[in-house]
Amino acid sequence: MNNIFTIAITEFKRMFNSPFAWSVLAILQFILGMIFLTRIDDFTGFYQQQIATIENAPGATFFIVSPVYLWAGIIMLAVMPILTMRSFAEERMNQTLTLLRSSPLSSLQIVLGKYLGLLLFVILFIAMLSLLPIALSYGTEIDWGMIFTSSLGLFLLLASFTAAGIFLSSLTSQPVIAAISTFGFLMFLVMLYLSGGSQTNGSELFIYLSHFSHFETFVRGVIDTSDIVYYLLFIVGFLVLAVRKLDNDRLLG
Amino acid sequence: MSANARKNNAHILAQDNDVLIQANALNRYYGDYHAVNDFNLTLKKGEVLGLLGPNGAGKSTTMQMLTGNISPSSGDVLIAGINLIEEPELAKAAIGYLPEQPPVYKDMTVAEFLKYCAALRGIAKGQRNNLINNASDRCGLQDVSKKLIGNLSKGYQQRVGIAQAILHQPKVVIFDEPTVGLDPLQINQIRQLIRELGEDHAVILSTHILPEVQAVCDRVQIINRGETVFADSFEKLAKRHFGSNLLVSFNGSIDAQLIENLTHVESVKLLDSMADQNRYQIIFDQDSNLQNHATDIFKLAVKQGWELVELSPQTETLEQIFMDLVYSDTKPQQAEITNVSKELVNE
Repeated sequence: MNNIFTIAITEFKRMFNSPFAWSVLAILQFILGMIFLTRIDDFTGFYQQQIATIENAPGATFFIVSPVYLWAGIIMLAVMPILTMRSFAEERMNQTLTLLRSSPLSSLQIVLGKYLGLLLFVILFIAMLSLLPIALSYGTEIDWGMIFTSSLGLFLLLASFTAAGIFLSSLTSQPVIAAISTFGFLMFLVMLYLSGGSQTNGSELFIYLSHFSHFETFVRGVIDTSDIVYYLLFIVGFLVLAVRKLDNDRLLG
Repeated sequence: MSANARKNNAHILAQDNDVLIQANALNRYYGDYHAVNDFNLTLKKGEVLGLLGPNGAGKSTTMQMLTGNISPSSGDVLIAGINLIEEPELAKAAIGYLPEQPPVYKDMTVAEFLKYCAALRGIAKGQRNNLINNASDRCGLQDVSKKLIGNLSKGYQQRVGIAQAILHQPKVVIFDEPTVGLDPLQINQIRQLIRELGEDHAVILSTHILPEVQAVCDRVQIINRGETVFADSFEKLAKRHFGSNLLVSFNGSIDAQLIENLTHVESVKLLDSMADQNRYQIIFDQDSNLQNHATDIFKLAVKQGWELVELSPQTETLEQIFMDLVYSDTKPQQAEITNVSKELVNE
């Protein structure tokens, strides 16, 4: 267990040794801040009057904050593959995987260590994102429950991206291929969501399979255990595959 | 797990602790390609083994199998009595490995990196600083400990690689070409280090540089195309190939027949005659004492009034022996090729 945390913390710190993690966080914060601003603009200029007359109308959180979380999920479709590609593909390319391989560690420990390291980054990202609603709370009343479910949902969504990315990164020694295939896979699940929701040929199954459908309920402020189970299965499934792949390397590599 | 490990270690310490590496009939296939064929090795504490072979001979594959980076297709490895395949984590704690490419993270400083390695090897927090200082000292890294590894020269990166391998004071140290990219002074330091390590560890090193083997190894194992073609102590190798010949030079011409008439002399060959100087190679029969023969030659020269200017044993370099062993192995194939080409010509 100690080993897992050692790897996780070192991986996390190493991201900040180069400008890489800093610039990713800065750019994300800038883009999401801009989206946040436009939503505030829309809300004060348009929605506020619309809902003024409605009883029990959804509040500022629904109109301003939830879309930002949804957008964060969408943007991370493209960013997460860049973060996960490093985990194994880059180590293979630089031939540094040998260090972990010849240390007294199991493949499971290596995979979990790398995974937790990336989750720390995800948590940091979500913490920075939640600075936006906190800033808003000085001007209006915020539905903190909704912020919590949205954050939890975003965390699970990104945790599932990470698991898939780690597995695909373990398959190759080319970081770019790892990134592009992870992006392709994540987009494929988005396509399932879109085609499943099509007006003419909709499919409940497709919608269930896609990760975004489960994220949506969280953003609406609902915690559904079946959604949590979906993400846990998704994560465990891909991590097991990654462990198997590393074990197999010893036999076939 | 660590408590369990300690118990197991104690159990092993109680046993005969001398044999640190035992490899039995290791085989490795890559698809149909037979990379390592029937590799056997027993290495005791205090021995340094040189693993030699041409490129693609299977040296690195062998080392990867001995360090648990890849699994052998068949056969097994015991590290300090622990089966590497069945209990990899326990066995790996006793191994320090420097692969061909030093496995260092370029975005970390030397100190950070060594600290990380110490943690990965499960060294107790209290001991870490001590061991890190010790390894940095031995590899001459104290001055650069705060620098990013990526900014260091290849030689220093190599030293960081070596430091990480000896950091946890493993019983078994395995180096894949440790002196690549180092300057002559550093090479000397590393050789010194390997000799030191050889005193209380079991060390394997692979190299292309033959004098290096001569300088630091007690034993040699030569691999060619996956097969062990020679495995013995260095002295035996030397005895087998060194010194049944003498080189002598005289000023002015001599009667070579007189030398040939001496006992034990098999043949006398004129090697070259430059200006007034003639150089001969005298080949003696196998089981003879070279020193006595030298005396005989000297006496003969005095008696005949020959002006002796050189009298030395002809030693084959390790390089020649190596070429011999590897080359003799490839000969049949070359012969085949010539036969085929002859047939082609005949047609």
